[in-house]
Amino acid sequence: MSIASVQTVDHSLLAEDDQSQYLSFGLGEEEYGIDILRIQEIKGWDTVTSLPNTPDYILGVINLRGAVVPIVNIRVQFNLPRVPYDSTTVVIVVRVENEDSSVRTMGIVVDAVSDVHNVSNAEIKPPPEYGGSCRSEFITGLATVEENMLIILDIDRLMNEGVLQELKKEEESS
Amino acid sequence: MSIDLSEFHDVFFEECFEGLDVLEAGLLGLDQSTDIEEINAIFRAAHSIKGGAASFGFMGISDFTHVMETLLDEMRDGRRTISREDVDLLLGSVDVLRVMVNTAKRGEGSNEDDVERIVDMQRQLEATLVTNDTPGPVDTETQISESSACGENLTDRATVEEAVTVGSTESNTTGWRINFKPCGDILRNGNEPIRIFRELQKFGALSVCADTASLPGLSDINPKHCYLAWTIELDSDVSEDEISELFSWVADESELEIIRLGVEHAVAEEPAAEEDDAGLSLVDSKGKVNSPEQAAPAAGGQPGLNKGIKSAGKAGSGVSEPSKESGGNIRVSIDKVDELINMVGELVITQSMLSQIGSSLEVGEPGVLENLRDGIAQLERNTRELQESVLQVRMLPVSFAFSRFPRLVRDLSGKMGKSIELKLTGEQTELDKTVLEKIGDPLMHLVRNSLDHGLETPEVRKAAGKSECGTLELRAYHEGGDIIIKVIDDGAGLNRERICSKALEKGIISENDDLSDEAIYNLIFLPGFSTAAQLSDVSGRGVGMDVVRRNVCDLGGNVSISSNEGAGSTVTIRLPLTLAILDGQLVRIADETYVVSLVSIAESLQMEPVHISSVTGKSEFYHLRDEYIPIIRVSELFGHSSIRADLRGGLLMVVETEGKRFGLYVDELMGQQQVVIKSLEANFQQVQGISGATILGDGTVALIIDVAGLIQSHFDQCSRRGVMLHAVA
Repeated sequence: MSIASVQTVDHSLLAEDDQSQYLSFGLGEEEYGIDILRIQEIKGWDTVTSLPNTPDYILGVINLRGAVVPIVNIRVQFNLPRVPYDSTTVVIVVRVENEDSSVRTMGIVVDAVSDVHNVSNAEIKPPPEYGGSCRSEFITGLATVEENMLIILDIDRLMNEGVLQELKKEEESS
Repeated sequence: MSIDLSEFHDVFFEECFEGLDVLEAGLLGLDQSTDIEEINAIFRAAHSIKGGAASFGFMGISDFTHVMETLLDEMRDGRRTISREDVDLLLGSVDVLRVMVNTAKRGEGSNEDDVERIVDMQRQLEATLVTNDTPGPVDTETQISESSACGENLTDRATVEEAVTVGSTESNTTGWRINFKPCGDILRNGNEPIRIFRELQKFGALSVCADTASLPGLSDINPKHCYLAWTIELDSDVSEDEISELFSWVADESELEIIRLGVEHAVAEEPAAEEDDAGLSLVDSKGKVNSPEQAAPAAGGQPGLNKGIKSAGKAGSGVSEPSKESGGNIRVSIDKVDELINMVGELVITQSMLSQIGSSLEVGEPGVLENLRDGIAQLERNTRELQESVLQVRMLPVSFAFSRFPRLVRDLSGKMGKSIELKLTGEQTELDKTVLEKIGDPLMHLVRNSLDHGLETPEVRKAAGKSECGTLELRAYHEGGDIIIKVIDDGAGLNRERICSKALEKGIISENDDLSDEAIYNLIFLPGFSTAAQLSDVSGRGVGMDVVRRNVCDLGGNVSISSNEGAGSTVTIRLPLTLAILDGQLVRIADETYVVSLVSIAESLQMEPVHISSVTGKSEFYHLRDEYIPIIRVSELFGHSSIRADLRGGLLMVVETEGKRFGLYVDELMGQQQVVIKSLEANFQQVQGISGATILGDGTVALIIDVAGLIQSHFDQCSRRGVMLHAVA
């Protein structure tokens, strides 16, 4: 499935619904949004158990009420410099749908969560080919909220293609 | 009015497979004794399959089973003596039938090979029927043609039966009146009355009168409900058995009265339940109801719930089971579930007790602290018991894995001209379902090996002064937290000389090696190692034992072999009871806590500086009792520290995998405890060197080290560094 076809499908789906809610969070100077229905919970940063033989964007695993959940540092993914974790650093626990429609629970570390925005689907513009920090195939679209740009992430693709498949590639090459 | 029968197909197929298992088990038992009850059980299983297949329109299966049934019927009536050839033929038919059911289940047409096999087998069965030379009252040749043969056969028998049961009643009757009032759900269950009437019509002139009294107005009518009742007059001299057999699939849910015109009083008193089965029950077992359903659950081994599930499947007409079998179902005995429910009840009580104490804590009543401690102790006990019970639910008796061997041994020993007695002991030993499923193949390899290489032919055995009949024993029992499965044969045992020369030839060992018997025997677990003089289609390609060891290791167990030349060999498989829990040693590596399975740890020791040696400055070895053990620095391997720590005085944990020993350099040995294994793959993916994770008492995640994987990644790292490492065996 090519990227273009996915995006057209997304937009036709989006057109049916009027508005969606997005949780926005900051990473460096940029503001990102994730569909709120995909978010399981938000929890404060705590120490993780590090996983050996994994690249450094996999911070490790945590115990989430009995489930072992991996934590991803998406700053590395987005080519942003690492920052020390402080009191506003949070883990957003998301449900990621895989290609076989099973669901994984994964956590991403972000600098801070800011707000929940209502964005009507018509406002979401397809992402331009740009040299931003996030690869454009992981972006559903761009929206303008209170005169700021909100980058809406396609969390499934980000986690599946951006994280898990990258891992497999690295394993094969090593 | 037709409904979609396909939603019942899954239930039917499941019953079919159960029936086939009963058939097979019964037929195997037929060798030794010919108890009439056993033959009945076999017969009933075949009959259920036939009936079910016909109802669902699988005529191929139904026709085929019919021929089998006819043969069985002759055995049952004592008109045919049970010979080994007949049993072999019937067993072959079971296989063919299984293929047919599988094909039907997949919903495809049979492929040509199968069709050929089916036709061939059916022809053989028919031929056997024809050649029955025992004089019988029935012209056996006519039995080959389908239903009419069955009819005649039954008529004949039924006449005898009438003479017994009815006694003085004259049998020159002219007709029957059948009052048939089905329950409203009959159509939902896939029973179409018109089919029954059509069958009745074959017996003779039929007049059917429908009773429409209970038919509601058109606006209230439910098209899936049957409102009708019928009065049928049949002008025929068939027996009552034949009529009630037609109704046998609906008798349970209908009011059925079969009245002989003229002699009504004599038969009308027969209870309805028996009519259900009159066609099946034996002449001499009058009064004892042998329902076909009784036969099927016996296969499951746990009749209680089994039956419950099945009847639920039948009654809940809208619910069809998912056709995928990947998820896997467990049949759990009611007792185990009851125990769980009780346990949860207790847990709830304890919990409420604790919260009550918690709320009164603020008041600071005296003695509260003591109560709280009691409560917590109770909660702890309940939780532990609950955990044990939940694990019990996954437990199944090992007989599930053993059950296929009687057939295998019988077939192979016949083929190889050996006389072998199979002994199964400890079949009721329970182990985890997942373990059970994965142990089947290794056991199969071992049994085949014993049959092919271990046990000798009667002549050889006789010459060696042993009894002609060899014994193969499968024994299962608990030992500690493990389950032990032994495959014991009293055959020739392993030939040390032959293994040695083969190993020399392959360059695995050298002339000067002085190896213990055990070390020699363990060579046969190496990939591609076979001492069989010639290949057979049973074994000898040298793949088997390798697979056995790998599968067992994957399950976290180990396998060993002992042998006495001339007296037999014993393969011992040691397995953990469950894959959900692991006895682990907690170790600290850098700042992280890891878990190592106790099974893989040979010993732990503090390293003496004099025994540490290094090769080319990179690879290090520890000299332990005449053995050089490679040292793996786990914290470096896992990237926790880049500083090369001083090994002197450090802790070395000696682990063993696939017969080789390695030393893991760890920072601290912590406690030993049982840990619950959590999958990393559920939310992430496999990580090399790590087999899973667990959650410790303080809520943090600890990773479980996969020893084999860890060693593999050690070698990978070494080769990446360009260091050639020669493992010292």
